Parts: sequence; structure tokens; C-alpha cells
Amino acid sequence: MTELTASDPLPKPKRDIAPILLPVALALLTIPLVGSPSTWLTLTAASLAMGMMIFIMASGLTLVFGLMDVLNFGHGAFIAVGAYVATLVFAPFAASVQADSLWVNLAVLAPAALLSMAVSGALGLVVERVLILPVYGQHLKQILMTTGGLIVAEQTLYALWGPQIIPMPLPASLRGSFILGDVAIAKYRVLATLIGLAVFIAIQLVLNRTKLGLLIRAGVENREMVEALGYRIRRLFLGVFMTGSALAGLGGVMWALYREQVHASMSDELTVLIFVVVIIGGLGSIGGCFIGAILVAMVANYGGFLVPKLALVSNILLMVAILMWRPRGLYAVTSR
Amino acid sequence: MMILSGDPPRSRVLTLVLVLIILALAATPFLFPGAKALNVAAKICVFAALVASYDLLLGYTGTVSFAHTMFYGIGSYAIAIALYGMGPSWAAVATGIVVGLPLAALLALAIGLFSLRVAAIFFAMITLAVASAFQVLASQLSWLTGGEDGRSFQLPELLRPGTVLISKSVFGFEINGRILTFYLVFAISALMILALLRVVNSPFGRVLQAIRENRFRAEALGFRTVFHLTYANCLAALVAASAGILNALWLRYAGPDTSLSFSIMLDILLMVVIGGMGTIYGAIIGATIFILAQNYLQSLMGAASKAASETGLPLVPGLLHPDRWLLWLGLLFIASVYFFPTGVVGRLRHGRGDKRAAASH
Repeated sequence: MTELTASDPLPKPKRDIAPILLPVALALLTIPLVGSPSTWLTLTAASLAMGMMIFIMASGLTLVFGLMDVLNFGHGAFIAVGAYVATLVFAPFAASVQADSLWVNLAVLAPAALLSMAVSGALGLVVERVLILPVYGQHLKQILMTTGGLIVAEQTLYALWGPQIIPMPLPASLRGSFILGDVAIAKYRVLATLIGLAVFIAIQLVLNRTKLGLLIRAGVENREMVEALGYRIRRLFLGVFMTGSALAGLGGVMWALYREQVHASMSDELTVLIFVVVIIGGLGSIGGCFIGAILVAMVANYGGFLVPKLALVSNILLMVAILMWRPRGLYAVTSR
Repeated sequence: MMILSGDPPRSRVLTLVLVLIILALAATPFLFPGAKALNVAAKICVFAALVASYDLLLGYTGTVSFAHTMFYGIGSYAIAIALYGMGPSWAAVATGIVVGLPLAALLALAIGLFSLRVAAIFFAMITLAVASAFQVLASQLSWLTGGEDGRSFQLPELLRPGTVLISKSVFGFEINGRILTFYLVFAISALMILALLRVVNSPFGRVLQAIRENRFRAEALGFRTVFHLTYANCLAALVAASAGILNALWLRYAGPDTSLSFSIMLDILLMVVIGGMGTIYGAIIGATIFILAQNYLQSLMGAASKAASETGLPLVPGLLHPDRWLLWLGLLFIASVYFFPTGVVGRLRHGRGDKRAAASH
């Protein structure tokens, strides 16, 4: 055994790459099962796009839990609110949405997404102050409070917009597919994947390269120690909560465009999906959440193609399998 | 006191309210004529039992399960499929019970054992995911469950409305199969609630409360908390499935909207919290308040909404629309978690309990 001297670099933490290999292995494994390579490529692209959207929605939830031990069952409400706010922007600019120019389309799309993020972020502020602040540290009440919040949010959306499904057509330039040989990849999926990757990289950079990120990561691992060092973790948490809500709003806009419709009950459907992702990834882990989202999307897409009947319960089977392997999710970050 | 397992309501007002509710329910066929009143009364009975079983989990062990409607649905569907497939006979009823109850218990056992392997915090999320998968499964396997349409079926001869047991000339009102079914629902629900009262006041129930207060300490005292929690889960699932059976028998129908939907799960949560967690009596109060509101408050809201739209107020008609009654219940729910987490029962008991506690110190 060698003595460590001051000049030696710190020992690098061991990289745990098995979870990263999992989606890759799953993708490779399905090539022979799907048969035709072009279908496989289309399915893989679809999985990536769907996975990225789910990741954007789920990332806030996992951080909020990791940092502050808060279980937010109302996270889905931010998704629906984001989608509804986007329809407000889309409706008056229907002509520019349908114009066949990418830049004109984006000139509507980008403000719509930003406004959605702002509104759901602001809603996050209200929810944190009103619903979550009084019940810190009490899981049971947190679940009840946030479930109540979900009901109220959903019903308010119904009251304001009515119960009908609102169509949300894709901008003209994002419709159709890129054709490479005999492979067709929908344009919107490419955009969704790019946005998802950008969000993932941004979160990783903030978490790993800034002081803010250092504090958040430290808080996830040991909240009391960070508090003891004199940082106001409540304020930090409020920031994370609002960011997570804003990201959920962004995810809501993207999901609405993906489905080309908006409905208040979309929050119910997606809540289950993001819970599965967060559980698979390990509560509090962004990397795990990312891999979990891609895995869920892959299982849904490949499964839907290979065994359509199985697709209904594929999420549960995936969750059971992962938790059998690692009972605390792919990456166990929190010490709790 | 024996029948209440030594756990009386402990408040004069509460006792009075409970007695009133139970008397009103028992006398509904004679006091309030008409099909709607009877339907409401039967629904209150079924939900009182269902909510009491949920209270065993939420109020006594402190675990939040979102899969309770799944067990309720299993009971409903088991009896519906059996009666639909085998025709209206008592053998079919028995088959439904023999298949449905063990199935619910086994599934509860599986969920319990699986969630033991993972962190306790996952439980609520896992049950939510499993329940939603089950719901999708039930609506997709349409050859078995009838899909979104559900299954309508005929009851055995004795329980049909057309069967007159005691004709009108004897007492002045007719006792028919429908009323017999109502009393069947009433009696079995009452029995289940009394049984649950017995469970929570047994040493086993005491351990459940210990786990709720401090799981680690309960474990340190030598209780196998895992066993207790799983057992409580299975018991709750059994009662929920039985309530589902009663509900299907009453409605002569089982479908996703009446027995599986997520909104029923939310209704149950609201009833437990409004009535009072960890009291069992709260289930009766919560179910009564909630279902009365659901059936009669809506028409009131409709009138208010109409009045508001006539005066030309913006937004108010939409908020008061009868379909939006859940909005107000959601607000009430948040308020009650926040301001009186012990619910109606806790509130009614509180005053006396405090005085007594103050006197003894």
C-alpha cells in the first residue's frame, strides 16, 4: 500500500456503468427481434424522443425528493398547466403556427414554451409556500396535501377551459419525417431529443460545475450538514422546486405537441409514468432518472411493436425487474 | 360495549350522529320512498365499509396505498363475471366470492412482499403504478371484463325487484327482492365495520399503531413489522373486495367507472380524511357526508351556477358548475389536512379529550 501525499490527486469515485449499459443492451438485443433494421431505427428514435420528454417532466420530481424528502404527488398538475398555457399562445397565432417556415414557427413555439415554464414555475412557488411548507418532514401529509392540490388544479383547468380535448397541431415545419434511405424519423422527435439532451446536459453542468450544484448535491446527500455549514437550504429548495415545476411545464408543452392535443387528465396518465421513471432511477438521481426515462420509453416502444398486449403492463414489469436487481433504484443517491 | 370492541365513539355528539345515521340508513326503505334515496343509502353502506378498510391502512399503519380501488374492483368484477358467465344462480355468487376474495388477498400479499424489498417510501408510488396498470388491463381484456362498457348481469331470483316477499297488504309497504338486497348490503357492511373495529382494538391493531408512530422502535421492540404490515394489507384488501362484491350486487353491474377509476380512489381518500383518520367511525361519517354531498349538493350548485350566470358574473358560473363539485371538495380536503387533520371525529372528540387530559395532569 502506497502512502498518499498532498500532491496526489483525490481518488476518483468508482464509476458505476452497469445502468448506462442497460438501455444500450436492450436496444441491441431487440435488433434481431424486430427484424428489419429500418423499423428498429424508427422505433429507437421514437424511444429516445419519448424518453427525453419523460425525463424533462420527471427530473424536477426526483430532485425535489432527493433534496428535501418531499413527495410531490401533484407534479402532474404542472405538466397539464404548462400544456394549457401553451394553447393560449398558440390560439391567437394559429396562422404563424401553420406557416411553412421553421423560423416563423419557432417564433411562436419558443415564447409559448417560455411562458409555460414561467407560469408553472410561478405555480410551483405558490404550491411550495401554501401546500408543502406547512407539512415538511411528514410524508403522509405531503402525499395527502399534494394529492389535494392535484385535484384542485385539475378541476380549475376544467372550470377555465371546459372538459373538452383541445387540439394542439404541430407547427407545419415540424410535421413529416426526415427520410434517410428507407428509414423515416419524424422531425418533431429529433427536436424533442435535442431539447431533452440540452436540458440533461444543462442540469448536469449546473450540478457538477457550479457552487449551486455542489450545494444541491451536498443537500441531497446530507441536508443537515449543509444547514449546519450555514446555507439556507429552504431557499435552495424553493429554487429547485420552481425549476422542477418549470421543467414539468416545458415537458407538458412538448408532450402536448407530441400527442397534438391537450386535456386536463393528461396529468393523471403522466404522473404514473414519471413515478415509474423516478423509482427506477433511484429517488434523487438525475442520471438514474435519465436512464430510467429512456428505459421506460424503450420498453413501451419495442414492447408495443413486438407484443402489443404486453405493452399495457410493461412499465410495471420493468419496475419489478429493476427493483429486484437494485432495490433502491439504479443509482441510490440519498442515504435515507 | 362488546360489540364495539371496547372502543365507543367517546363523544356524546358523535354517538348521537352515528346513531342517527345508522337508524336513517336502516329505515331508508320506509322513510324515504323512491329509488334514488335507496341507492344513496346503499352506496353509503358500501363506502362506509370500503373507507373503514382503507382507514386500517392509512389511519392505523400510516401507509398510503393507491391500490385500494383495485381490490374493490377485483371484488366487483369477480361477482359480475361469475354471474354474467354462469347465469343468475347462487352457485355463481358463491363462485364469484370464492375466486374474488382470495385473488384480492393474494395480490395484496404480492404487493406487500414486493414492496418490502424496496424503501418504504416507494409504497405509495408502486401501488399507484400497479393500480393504473390493472385499470388499463381491465379495460383492455374486453372478452373477460366487457371493456369500457363493463358487465351487466342478472341477480338470483330472490334478490330481484320483481320478487315480492311480503305483499303490501300486510304492513302497508311492499318488501321485495330489492329491499332484501339493501338489507343484505347494510348487514354485511355493518358486520365488516364491526370486525375492523375488533381488529384495530386487538393487540395486533396496537402494534399497527406502534408502527405508525415509530416503525423503528416497533421493530426494536421485537415485532416483525413486515409481517404486521403485510397482514394489515391483506385484511384491508379482503374487506375492500367484499365491499366491491356488495357494490356490484347492488348495481347489478361492474365497470371501470363504478369500481376501478382513479377518481374513486380520490373519493376514498377524501372520505377518510374528512371523517377522521385512525378512528374507523370516521369512515361512516366521511362516507355519509361525501355521498350526500355528491348526490344532493350538485343540484344545489347547479342552481347557484344558474343564478350566477343570470347576474352576469364572469367565471363564477364555471366554478359553481355541478361538474366542478370536486374542486370544492379538493379545497375542503386540503383545508382539513391542514386545519383539522383528525377530521370530524377528531374534532368532536377533541374538546372532551383535552379537558380530561388537562384534568389528569
